[in-house]
Amino acid sequence: MSHQPPKGLPSRPMSPFMLGQYYRFQLTSLLSFVHRLTGIGLSIGTMLLAAWLITLAGGPETYGMFAKHLTAWYGQALLFCWSWALLYHLCNGIRHLGWDIGKGYELKTAYATGYAVVIVSLLLTAAVWAVAYAK
Amino acid sequence: MSMRSPLGQARGLGSAKDGTHHFWVQRISAVALIPLSLWFVFSVAQLAGGDFYMVRHWVHAPSVAITLVLFIVAALYHSMLGVQVVIEDYIGNEGSKIVSLLLNKFLHAIVAVSTIFAVLKVALGS
Repeated sequence: MSHQPPKGLPSRPMSPFMLGQYYRFQLTSLLSFVHRLTGIGLSIGTMLLAAWLITLAGGPETYGMFAKHLTAWYGQALLFCWSWALLYHLCNGIRHLGWDIGKGYELKTAYATGYAVVIVSLLLTAAVWAVAYAK
Repeated sequence: MSMRSPLGQARGLGSAKDGTHHFWVQRISAVALIPLSLWFVFSVAQLAGGDFYMVRHWVHAPSVAITLVLFIVAALYHSMLGVQVVIEDYIGNEGSKIVSLLLNKFLHAIVAVSTIFAVLKVALGS
């Protein structure tokens, strides 16, 4: 991360300049960081959803060409990451909505809900893949 | 060039009256996406291993097509708002920022309209 400000701007550090240098590792900041990271990942992942439905509209042959990548090992791995990213962003998003109405700011609560988000998102991901592979 | 700071120039003009709009619509789309994305993930999981005809049959049902379009609208709107914040946070150069913000809006609109068109084509086709 470059700390040089762009031309014409006053010389002050750009966010997230605190990371790595001055900031002690904390679960809460890590989860916040991962929330943004999964958000960016999901924005890119939406292209996958678009490609899935657009090739479906293209007919059996077009769909087959796309679907064979989804069922390949790398496609399944990508879908696994995608499903966890979505469910993590969903769970942590609910945590954010709680903060928006002023609930859960106490340090103990923030940590408890943080651990809950990690555990529940993993359980939901396991449930999704159990449904997919149970058949 | 004016000697006044940007803050000094803006002071006294009053607010633009839409300061909370972005925040508010981000929350609205977030709330909508809670049931919609859970529905989507578990529905698609049930389609696992299905071929073209099975997926087409699924999208063909009006209730599924309608919910899919709602999911696409909410997801892409929420995605557009989120990426906008990331651009505003990390791109300092004013020119690059404006170009990125425009591209962000255009790309999301193109993907949303194309995907909705695809769903309707499958749902309304024979």
